[in-house]
Amino acid sequence: MTATTAPVKMQPKDFASDQEVRWCPGCGDYAILKAVQKVLADIGASRENTVFVSGIGCSSRFPYYVSTYGFHTVHGRAPAVATGVKLANPALDVWVMTGDGDGLSIGGNHMLHVLRRNVDLQIVLFNNEIYGLTKGQYSPTSRQGTVSPTSPLGSLERPLSAATFALGAGGRFVARGIDTQQGPLVEVLKRAHAHRGASFVEVFQNCLVFNDGVFDEFTEKAVAEERQLHVEHGKPLLFGKNRQQGLRLDPAALALEVVTLGQDGVTMEDIVVHDETNRALAGMLAALEPPGPVALGVLYCAPVQDFTTAVFNQPAKGSGDIVALLKQGKTWTV
Amino acid sequence: MSPSSVVPGAAKSAALPDVRERAVVRFAGDSGDGMQITGSRFTMETALAGSDLATFPDFPAEIRAPVGTTFGVSAFQIHFGSAEVATAGDELDVLVAMNPAALTTNIKDLRPGGTVIVDTGAFTERNLLKAGYAANPLENGSLSEFRVLPIDIGKLTEAAVAGLGLTSKQTARSRNMWALGLVLWMYGRDRQVTTDWLLKKFSDEPAIANANVAVLNAGHAFGETAELSGELRPVSIGAAPAERGTYRTVSGTEAIAWGLVAGLKAAGLERMVFAGYPITPASPVLQVLTGLRAHGVVTFQAEDEIAAICAAIGASFAGSLGVTSSSGPGIALKTEAMGLAIATELPLIIVDSQRAGPSTGLPTKTEQSDLFQAVLGRNGDAPLAVISASTPSDCFDVAIEAVRLATKYMTPVFLLTDGYLANAAEPWKIPDPASLPTFPVQFRTDPEGFQPFLRNPATLARVWARPGTPGLEHRIGGIERSATSGNISYDPDNHATMTELRAAKIAGIAADIPEQEVSQGEDRGELAVVGWGSTFGPIHMAVQRARAEGRRVSHIHLRYISPFPRNLGDLLKRFDRVIVPEMNNGQLVMLLRAAYLVPAERFSQVNGKPFKVSTVLDAIRERTSGNGKGGAA
Ligand code: SF4
Repeated sequence: MTATTAPVKMQPKDFASDQEVRWCPGCGDYAILKAVQKVLADIGASRENTVFVSGIGCSSRFPYYVSTYGFHTVHGRAPAVATGVKLANPALDVWVMTGDGDGLSIGGNHMLHVLRRNVDLQIVLFNNEIYGLTKGQYSPTSRQGTVSPTSPLGSLERPLSAATFALGAGGRFVARGIDTQQGPLVEVLKRAHAHRGASFVEVFQNCLVFNDGVFDEFTEKAVAEERQLHVEHGKPLLFGKNRQQGLRLDPAALALEVVTLGQDGVTMEDIVVHDETNRALAGMLAALEPPGPVALGVLYCAPVQDFTTAVFNQPAKGSGDIVALLKQGKTWTV
Repeated sequence: MSPSSVVPGAAKSAALPDVRERAVVRFAGDSGDGMQITGSRFTMETALAGSDLATFPDFPAEIRAPVGTTFGVSAFQIHFGSAEVATAGDELDVLVAMNPAALTTNIKDLRPGGTVIVDTGAFTERNLLKAGYAANPLENGSLSEFRVLPIDIGKLTEAAVAGLGLTSKQTARSRNMWALGLVLWMYGRDRQVTTDWLLKKFSDEPAIANANVAVLNAGHAFGETAELSGELRPVSIGAAPAERGTYRTVSGTEAIAWGLVAGLKAAGLERMVFAGYPITPASPVLQVLTGLRAHGVVTFQAEDEIAAICAAIGASFAGSLGVTSSSGPGIALKTEAMGLAIATELPLIIVDSQRAGPSTGLPTKTEQSDLFQAVLGRNGDAPLAVISASTPSDCFDVAIEAVRLATKYMTPVFLLTDGYLANAAEPWKIPDPASLPTFPVQFRTDPEGFQPFLRNPATLARVWARPGTPGLEHRIGGIERSATSGNISYDPDNHATMTELRAAKIAGIAADIPEQEVSQGEDRGELAVVGWGSTFGPIHMAVQRARAEGRRVSHIHLRYISPFPRNLGDLLKRFDRVIVPEMNNGQLVMLLRAAYLVPAERFSQVNGKPFKVSTVLDAIRERTSGNGKGGAA
C-alpha cells in the first residue's frame, strides 16, 4: 500500500470501501452513492483528506461504503460532529450524509445551526419522506394523510419542506436533485462541493420498501418534463415539452405563476430569469409543488465567509507561554 | 452612644491590634449591592498580605431579585489565617449586612460575641417588612449576644462623594466600597491594589473611579478615626507559612481551564476544541478558555449541550483534544454521545461542575449528586474513567490527569468538580513549568497491518489515526465492531468480547494510578472518614481536631472513582468503621459497599452548602471512643 496520493487519476470505484453495501436492492441510496463516488473522482478528491459524517438511519450507513475517513455517529447529531471535525482541522473536506428524520426531526436543531453558522460542509439530505430503518413510520416530510404503522388512519401533520427550511435557517447554498437523475445530481453535488460554506442538497430518494413511488408525480418519465424545472443561473425558468412553459412573477400576489409561451400574449420577456443569488426567488422556487413543476438544481448560492475561516481569522492574543498565562494578574512571592 | 449609629469622634483609638490566628468574614447584601466584588477584592488584599485563605461565594439564581428580599441576598465568605486554612469556615467572626434581609438570612452563622456591621440607612420600615422583621432588630435587643456596629453607610457614602458628580443611584452602588474600606482597616490590610483595580475598571468613567476610591478611603478612615475603642479593635492576622515560590489566588474554574491547557501541552497536541453551552455554574470555564487561542484552544459555544459534546467528539476523531463542560442537567443531555465516545474509543474530557438537582434543582448551590450519573448513567455497559478535584488548586492537577488518561487510554474521562469548587478561591503556588508532566501522544501513521481497533496490549487503548493520514482511511461508529477487524459486527460472541475489552481497559487504569493514600492518620484504626471532591476541607479539619482529641480516626480522600485505586478495598477493611460524608444522598457510599462489601456508613448533607467542620467532627465523635482509648466502641 502506498502512503501518498496516487499519481493516476482516481476512478469512482477507488472510492468504494471493501464493505458489503446493505441497503435494500433497488433503494435510491445506491444511486446517490454512485453519484457521490463519481463526484469524488471527478473533483480529484483525496481519500485521506475526505471525511463522511452521518447520523442514524438508512442514509447514515453511507460512510461505511466509501473508502475515505468516515464517522457514523448518533441520531441527528452529524452536523455537530462535523463542526467539531472542521474546528479540529479546517483543511479536511467534510460531507454530512443525513435523512429527513435524522436531519429534520431529531437533528433539526443542529441542522438549523450548522446552516446559520455556515460551516464549510457538504450536507446531503436523503429525503424519502419516511423512516426506513425503523420500518416505515411517517416522517417530518411525509405528506398529510400518509398511512404508516404509526399513522394507520393517515398522518395529520403538515410536512416540512427541506429546502425552505434550509433557506429559512440562513443556508447560503440550497440545491435539489433526484436520486436516479445521475447527470444533474452529479452536477449539483459538484456545485455543493465548490461552494465554501454549508452547502445543503436535498435529494429526493425513493424508499422502495416503505414509500415506493412517493415522488412519482414528478419523477416518472411520463411526467418528468412537465413537472421538473431544472433551474440554471442566468437562464429563464422554462420547462415542459419543448420548453414552452415558464414562470412569471405575479406582482400582485408576489408569487410565481405558471404561464405558456405564446398564450395570452406571454413572451420570453415575461419569464423570470433565474438568479441564484436572489434569496426571495429561491424561496418561491423551493415552495413550488405538484401539480406545478418542482424546482431542481441550485436554487440558491450566495457565498459569505465560512465559519472556521472566521474562527481562525480572529486574532489570537498573547504568546502561548503557559507561565505567562498562569502569572497573569496579581502574584506575590514568598 | 446612640444605639443606632456609631459616630467618628476626635479621640484616636490607640488600641494595638489583636493578634489572632484566623478569622471568618462574610459580606452580605442585595444581589445588586456588589457583595461578590467586595469579597473578591478583600480576598486579593488578604492573599497579597500572605495569609492562607478559602472563600465561599454564595449567590442567588436570580441575577437581580427584587430589592430587599431574602431570596435576593448575595453573600461572600472568606476564611483567612496565619495557619492552614482548609475550609471557608463554620462560623463567622464578622458579618457585614447591607440590609435587613442580609441580616436575617445570615445572622444565624455569626458566632456569639461576633461582630455585625449593619448599614442602618437600609433599615427602613419597608426593608424591615420585606425581610420579615416585625420590629427593628437593631432596637429591640434581639442582637444582644453580638457586638453590633450600626453605621449609616449610605449617608457616609453620600458624604464621601459629595461634589464628585455622582447620581444617587451611582452613589448607592458604591456603598460596598465603604464597607470594604472599613473591613480592610479592621484587618490592617492595604488598599492600593483595590484602588488600582478601581481606577482601571472605571478608566472610561474617571468620575466613578475617583468616587469609588473616595468611598473606599472614607470607610477606611472611619475605622481609623471612629471612637470605637472596646467596640472595634483592629485585628492582625499574619502571613501563613508557605513554601517559597510565586503565588496567586486561583478559583476552581481558572484552575480547571489552565490545567486543561497544561494537559494539552503535556500531550504534545496542537489543539483543544472546547465546546460548551451556557449553564450555571459551568459556563465560566468556557469563558476563561475563550481567548486562549495562542495556547491552542479553540472554544465553541454550541447550540445545545448535545451539540457541544458531539463537536468535542468530532474534534477528537480529527486528532484534537475534545473537551466539553456542563452541570448536571446538561450532562444528562450529553449521555447518548458519551456512549458513542466509549464505543468508538476516542479521548474526551467531560467536566461536570455539579449543582443541586434533580432537574433544575438549585442552580447556584453546590452538591455532589452527579456521581452516579458520571459512573453509571448511560445505556449499555458503558465504562469510562471518573476523577474528582478536591480543592480549587487541585483542579489544575486533576485536569492534567484527565488529559493523560483520556489520551493514553483513548477513553472519555469525567472530571467532577462542583459549584463550590468552581467559585471558591485560594492561594496557589504557581507550578514550575519544568515540574509539569509530559505524556506525548503517538498518532498512528503506519498503514502496515492497520485496523482502527488495534490495541496497545498493555493499556488496551486502540490506535488514534486521524483523518488526513494517508493509508489509514477507516470508518468508525456506534454500531458494535469486530474486535479483530474493526468492521461492523453483529456477532453475539464478539459483542461479549468487546464488552469485556471496554471494561478491562478502564479497570486496567487502576494499575497506572497511585495507590490510595491516607491523607491524615494511620492506615488502620477505629474509623476511616472517606470523602471525595470538595468535602476535603471540612473532613480534613474535622479529622485533625478529632485526632487532637486522641481519636483513632483517619481521613481517606479519593481522586479516582472509576476505577478505584487498586488497594482501596484492603485499606478500608483495616478500619473498624467507615463513614462517607457526601453532599448527596449517599452515592459514593453505595459504590464502595458494592465494590468491597464493606459496611461503610452514609453521612449526607444536601442543603446546597459545604459541610461545616463541626458537623463532620460530631459524626466522628459519635463513632469513636475518644481519649486515645481506641478499639471498637
Ligand atoms: S428501507 Fe427504504 S431507504 Fe432504507 S434501504 Fe430499504 S429501500 Fe432504502
